[in-house]
Amino acid sequence: MDNTSQPTTSGMNGLIEDWVSDKDAFKNVSWGKTMMWIFLLSDTFIFSCFLVGYMSVRMTTDVPWPNTSEVFALTIAGEHIPLILIAIMTFVLITSSGTMAMAVNCGYRRQRKQAAILMLVTAVFGVCFVGMQAFEWTKLIEEGVRPWGNPMGAPQFGAAFFMITGFHGFHVSIGVIYLTVVALKVLRGDYEERGYEIVEITGLYWHFVDLVWVFIFAFFYLW
Amino acid sequence: MAYADDVENEELHEPTSFISKYVWSQDHKVIAIQYSTTAILVGLVALVLSGMMRMQIGFPGSIDMDATAYYQAMTMHGMIMVIYLLTAIFLGGFGNYLIPLMVGARDMVFPYVNMLSYWFYLVSVLVLLASFFVPGGPTGAGWTLYPPQAITAGTPGSEWGIILMLVSLIIFIIAATMGGLNYVTTVLQARTHGMTMFRMPLTVWGIFVATILALLAFPALFVSGLMMLLDKTIGTSFFMPDMMQFGSQLDYSGGSPILFQHLFWFFGHPEVYIVALPAFGLVSDLISVHARRSIFGYRMMVWAIVSIGVLSFVVWAHHMYVSGMNPYFGFFFATTTLVIAVPTALKVYNWLLTLWRGNIHLTVPMLFSLAFIVTFLVGGLTGLFLGNVVVDIPLSDTYFVVAHFHMVMGVAPILVVFGSIYHWYPKITGRMLHDGIGKLHFWITFLGTYLIYFPMHYLGFLGMPRRYYAYEDYPFIPDSAQSLNAFITVVAIVVGISQLLFLFNLAYSYFKGAPSGGNPWRATSLEWLTPETPPKHGNWGPSLPVVHRWAYDYGVPGAVLDYVPQTTSAEEVPVHENDHDE
Ligand code: HEM
Ligand SMILES: [Cu+2]
Repeated sequence: MDNTSQPTTSGMNGLIEDWVSDKDAFKNVSWGKTMMWIFLLSDTFIFSCFLVGYMSVRMTTDVPWPNTSEVFALTIAGEHIPLILIAIMTFVLITSSGTMAMAVNCGYRRQRKQAAILMLVTAVFGVCFVGMQAFEWTKLIEEGVRPWGNPMGAPQFGAAFFMITGFHGFHVSIGVIYLTVVALKVLRGDYEERGYEIVEITGLYWHFVDLVWVFIFAFFYLW
Repeated sequence: MAYADDVENEELHEPTSFISKYVWSQDHKVIAIQYSTTAILVGLVALVLSGMMRMQIGFPGSIDMDATAYYQAMTMHGMIMVIYLLTAIFLGGFGNYLIPLMVGARDMVFPYVNMLSYWFYLVSVLVLLASFFVPGGPTGAGWTLYPPQAITAGTPGSEWGIILMLVSLIIFIIAATMGGLNYVTTVLQARTHGMTMFRMPLTVWGIFVATILALLAFPALFVSGLMMLLDKTIGTSFFMPDMMQFGSQLDYSGGSPILFQHLFWFFGHPEVYIVALPAFGLVSDLISVHARRSIFGYRMMVWAIVSIGVLSFVVWAHHMYVSGMNPYFGFFFATTTLVIAVPTALKVYNWLLTLWRGNIHLTVPMLFSLAFIVTFLVGGLTGLFLGNVVVDIPLSDTYFVVAHFHMVMGVAPILVVFGSIYHWYPKITGRMLHDGIGKLHFWITFLGTYLIYFPMHYLGFLGMPRRYYAYEDYPFIPDSAQSLNAFITVVAIVVGISQLLFLFNLAYSYFKGAPSGGNPWRATSLEWLTPETPPKHGNWGPSLPVVHRWAYDYGVPGAVLDYVPQTTSAEEVPVHENDHDE
């Protein structure tokens, strides 16, 4: 009767036994972390739908798609460099994932000052990213790109661009706010008793947002 | 480190003011009542709309309804019934009430988020209802909202109605997500001692899997809703092809209407199971309790729920046979559709085998459960017909389809909602619902819905198209169809009005019903074992229950009572080793 004993079955059945076992399916995972993982799974479906939608309108539209490496090129010091801004943005975001991971680590070592500072640094990277995105939007708008049309080709280009990067930028902005709030609470010592798992949960969200960007980068900018 | 143990030791903060207790409440039970009440009220709107439509069809011109109003009524009726009534009441209502009680938790894991979920739901309902009052009225695009017609001039409500509809859906999705994350996490991580997942009542399994479906299917509706909103408001062309209207070229070009259909049905088919799986779960428990028999093939039932859930994501295009597709795709989707019938049929057999030689008490919940089985069976069988491309194409867009989906996802789940309310009302209020009124309500509703929908299959074979406002002067529809339509309308009105019996019963029994005690049905699952009825804030008094067995120990041979509650350990029962544990 006592189900707290270790399951003895192995293989597929053992796996299932573990999952359905007493009290919690994921041992040593807090409620907050479980919930964040499930949320991210759901959010993955949202971004997948966006990307699938973008790809299919790209196939149905009867006007040629603009050449992205031309559209997203900058002329810096007389030099015409394709995709340079996006490269920098991607770099910034990936770096921020690094600082985030360090923050999580510091959190678990209970170095709360370092953890908070690293989180704030991550947030600053996030702000830089959103800033560059705003710059990119401005540049494209000045060049006449609108959600309903653009001089370079298919109208769906602008539509998908603004919608997808906008939705992602929204995620980054939320992430910046979330990071800042949690960082300040960490700094204040609010989590001394409960431990610093919250840093990791925040990190999960942040890494996810970065990962999504990699896909947007690959499918929208490089293709 | 799960917090479950901490929660147990934590001081329970009990809200004291009226507002924090009943309005801005974070208690899952109060939120459940709020959800259910709102859902039932908005469901009444949908019911009235269906009555108006039936009047127009059965007795053309008898009420002041033109074609525009008909389409608007039809669209709002369908959308409200599917989303704002059934989805909300199964997940937000029953899910909220039963999950924590059945798994032995004090509340949902994040009560505050849970509370927000309800308020977002309420806002979405208000936005939806607001569309009745905007210029042009609510959208009349059909509940499927297919573009391009949904947002082009000429479709009723293409001015504002469609915008409000899409905004309302987006808010609803946010609400469902906030609630859903809570339900899933609670089931996974907040069960009490001894409550393994294979000891959970099937109700919890059904709602759990349905919630996962919701979390994975609603994103597609969210994205398609957002894209259509952009098409409508700022003129993007996601779903809008090059189009001429009234002799002039519209400002759209190159979008894909079929893309919308894929996204919509990627949501829409799982949606059917978001409604059906909780119904499956609830009805399993009702049958087991009221037939005093342990559920037949518990594990099989669980696996059937899970596999239906998985399969429901790969059948969506069976709604799009008439949109045209590569024949291999049609073949694929027809096959998966038929495959999904296997676990479904298995469930029906298991219900029947549970009843077999059971000690069937024809209580109101049992009556509704039996009615569910036969109704679902009919709807499921016609579904097998429609799943095949060659049969579907001639029947598509006829009343055969209307009959099919009303049987399978309209009436059947509603019957479970009724049965479950009769079953759990005593726990919620401490009083029984009136039995006589309940039986009258049951017979009118059950026989009535059969009289309404059975003839519709035949009308479908005659070729009577669905979504038509009037059926005069179509040479291919025989005159006799009209008398059948009039008959259906009369029954529909009777059934509609008879729901007042139910509402009256709810109100009357709240004050005058016979006191029920804590466990009137002699059931085993945890929600019947709370120290107080109705359960107080925190549900379990000072310490959480400890579970020793599955939820279906009925008719235990040798036991003094014919049931053994989940909290009774083996030593406490005078039975030989008869342990249905695994
Ligand atoms: C007594 C109860 C009901 C009656 C009399 C009724 C009647 C109707 C009528 C007359 C139509 C329009 C058919 C047409 O013109 O094509 C309709 C459509 C529909 N109903 Fe019901 N209905 C009832 C309950 C329900 C329930 C419980 C559901 C929940 C799923 C539901 C879901 C729908 C849907 C999804 C549509 C399709 C709307 C569309 O074509 O866009 N109905 N119903
Ligand atoms: Cu389907």
